[in-house]
Formats: sequence, C-alpha cells, structure tokens
Amino acid sequence: MFRTPFHAFHRQLGAKMVDFSGWEMPLLYEGIIPEHRQVRQAVGVFDVSHMGEFRIRGAGAEAFLERMVTNRVSGMADGQALYTALCYEHGGTVDDLILYRQGAGDYLMVVNASNIEKDFSWLKDHLADGTWADVELKDISQETALLAVQGPRAPELVGRLAGTPVDDIAYYHFRRGRLGGAEALIARLGYTGEDGYELMFPAAAAGEVWERMQATGSDLGLRPVGLGARDTLRFEAGFCLYGHELTENVTPLEAGIGFAVKLDKGDFVGGEALRRLKAAGPPRQLVGVAMEGSRIPRQGCAVRRDGDPIGEVTSGMYSPTLEGAYALALVSRGATRPADRIEVTIRDQGFPARIVDKPFYRRQR
Amino acid sequence: MAETTIPQHLRYTQDHEWVEVEEGVATVGITDYAQGELGDVVYVELPEIGEKAVQGKAFGLVEAVKTVADLFAPVSGEVVEVNHLLGKNPGLLNESPYEEGWIIRIKVTDEGEIDNLLNSKGYADHIGA
Repeated sequence: MFRTPFHAFHRQLGAKMVDFSGWEMPLLYEGIIPEHRQVRQAVGVFDVSHMGEFRIRGAGAEAFLERMVTNRVSGMADGQALYTALCYEHGGTVDDLILYRQGAGDYLMVVNASNIEKDFSWLKDHLADGTWADVELKDISQETALLAVQGPRAPELVGRLAGTPVDDIAYYHFRRGRLGGAEALIARLGYTGEDGYELMFPAAAAGEVWERMQATGSDLGLRPVGLGARDTLRFEAGFCLYGHELTENVTPLEAGIGFAVKLDKGDFVGGEALRRLKAAGPPRQLVGVAMEGSRIPRQGCAVRRDGDPIGEVTSGMYSPTLEGAYALALVSRGATRPADRIEVTIRDQGFPARIVDKPFYRRQR
Repeated sequence: MAETTIPQHLRYTQDHEWVEVEEGVATVGITDYAQGELGDVVYVELPEIGEKAVQGKAFGLVEAVKTVADLFAPVSGEVVEVNHLLGKNPGLLNESPYEEGWIIRIKVTDEGEIDNLLNSKGYADHIGA
C-alpha cells in the first residue's frame, strides 16, 4: 500500500489503519463519533495527502480545461477555486474535483484518490488528440501533501500557523502563504460542512507542518480525524462521494450538483448529453432519507414507495449529529416528495423511513 | 496487532463472541478485538426473553457507524436475560466489552457444547494476536 508523508504520525497516535484505494490511511484514532463531534464543535485535522494533484499550465490551459470540465472556467479570478465534474460523452461522471486558478494559464486540480490514474489518463488522452497547443499537464501528487483543517476554530488555528490572519480569505478562494518554513496554498473550503481550510504544501515539509500544528492547536482542542469521520461529516453536509452518489452511470444533474454544470457555456465533453438529459428531465434524483428505526441502510439497499421499487441507497450511515440512521438515495425523478413515507430493504427486510430535505445538517453562520 | 484483551477465564467463538458459564447460565458478549474492528456501536438488536438460542446461529446484531455484524450464539438454550442498558448506551460494547457490555444470558441446555469453543489461547491464535 502507498503511504502518505504523515504515516508515521498516524501510527504513533495509534490510528486504526485501513486500505483506501491502495493507500494505508487512518480510519479513526479515538473513534468516529468523538472525532466527528470535535470537528463540528472545535477543530480537527485530516490527512488527505492520498488525493491527487495535477498542474495544468500554458496559454492553452484555460481553453483546454473549459472543454474538459462541466463548470465555467473562464471568468475565474486569480485565487479562486471551483468545484466541478469531469464527464464522459454520455454524461456519466469521471470524477468530481476542485480546480484552482493561480494565475492566467496556471491551474491546479485536486482529484479523488480513487481516480488519480483514471483522471490523469482522461486528461492526457484528450490533450493528445492534436487540437491543443501550449498545455502542460503534470501529476504532482507524489510531491504534494494535503491537510484539511476543519471546524469553527479552524480560522484561529490556521491563522496562527500562517503567522497572519486567514479569516479574510473568502469561501472557495485561496492565498499562498507560509506555514513555518513551508510555502503553502491555503484554501477556504472543505468537505465537512464546517468552516475550514485545505492546506497544500510540499511533501518534504510534512513533518514540520504537522508538529507545529499539533503544538499550536492543542489549546484549541485540535484532534486528528480519520476517514471514517470524514465520511460521516460529508454525508451530513450532503456532499457527494465518488463511487456512491457519482459514478460513470450517474450524471452530475442526477446527483444534485447541477450548480457545477454550466450548460450554456459552449461545448465540453459530456455537454451535449447533459443538455439532452436536462431538456428531457434527468431520469433520477438524489433524495434524503431518514429511517424511523435504528437499523442503518447501506449502499445498494432497495427503496420502495407503496410497494413499488423506486431506486436505491447510494450512502447510508449513522449520523452522529442527528443521532439517527439516514441515507442518500437515487430514486426515479418525481417518485417522492419530502415527508413521503417509504420503505428501505435492509438484508431482505423492509424498514420504514421518510423522505427528508438535504443536507441533513447545515452549520449555523 | 495493537494490544487486545482476551480474558483467560472466558471461552470464545470464531465469530468473536465470548461466553462465561456459571451455574448453568451463559453470559455472552463480543470481544475487545470485535469492538475494535466494528468501531463505534450505535445500536444493538436484542432477542426477546424466552427465545431459543442455537449454537452457531444468529441471535441479534450490532450496527456500528460503518458496518453491521450478526451476533452468533456460543451455546444453545433459552434467552433468560438481555442487557437493557444497551438500548440507551450501545457504546458499552466498545467501552466495556467483557463487563458492562454483556449482551444476553442463556440458560444452557447442553454444557457439553462448551467443548466446541476456543479457550483464550485458541482465540488469540485465531485473531493472530
């Protein structure tokens, strides 16, 4: 298995390690529920260095990216980040990702760990079709460390680390700064539904940054947080996880991320199919489900309304904040409305549930 | 493997239940190893008092945040007691798997079935501890 530059720290802290897409990652340290609560109430740090980072540079970079991703690239300002998808010609999803514009012709892309090779090949193959000049694509994942610092006390902690306030960085924007001796990209965004930052810096500086962070954050209640709580946090916040809400068979329109798809922006890969789907009405939609009882639905569980199968669960788990069993489910569009009573099949038995609004959790601002 | 507790006086199943038999009544729970693998337990489905337990057959289940696991009876008999504290506090399985986190008590029909179970050394070998 691959290891991130923080591997030794996870072992030292007694983390339970698991194989995540070929990476040995911390699932939890103390426990999913306490770690989840710490992020909602104070601040937590996640090692997400297993994710992929690509650099896309050159005079042709903007046009190339405009053609490849679903969201609008032109009009991005320097220091802006953009959530978007890469789609197949038929509209299914290759990956969801974040694009960063560092300057004209200077972009970074952060992709899911499970899709690094696939995404890179996807971009490289399209680049090689002969129509693109002056676009340099480089996979810089191996030399890049990525930490997510999330929670209401994140601005205080990251400000201390950076030696300068970071609270003025707007949501989905970033600045370059220093974390001790390391040059870093400090982005105001995250995957938890709390305020927070993602910090990108050279892998070689991992040890220094981690140790400074532990020292600086201890009076703020900083805890390390594993991938287990990362999943429960994003789930409550209604964020998609590739392989669950988004797959090659699910379009961004069905998964509820249509805001990241700009169908009026001109041609892009998958654009034609998505326009047709939008016009006809996407066949499915992602809905929120609250179970009446304590049994927890999981991915693949069938969903029924009045006895008729209408779809299936994409993600199901216990919500530590709401203290109940919830699911996200992909169902036939129009088959349900909020408050409708439905049934979820868990291990051959039907359990009552109801449709609820998502996200299940919204932080107070 | 990190330190896991395997009390010497108990007997164990391959599916990570422990059992202690006293005066014909077996107290059953899950091992420290099992609770560590499961993670935070959020719900325990218990059988009814009076239900029959059959060695090797499921008598209930445990929901953890990320996974569900069946509970298998280590011995056959009649369920005479269930741990009602688990309703409000399923986390007892994690915090105190061998004491406060006991799950059910079975009036044993055949104490000879205990011979089918692992002792602490056998269980330790089984989990590679």
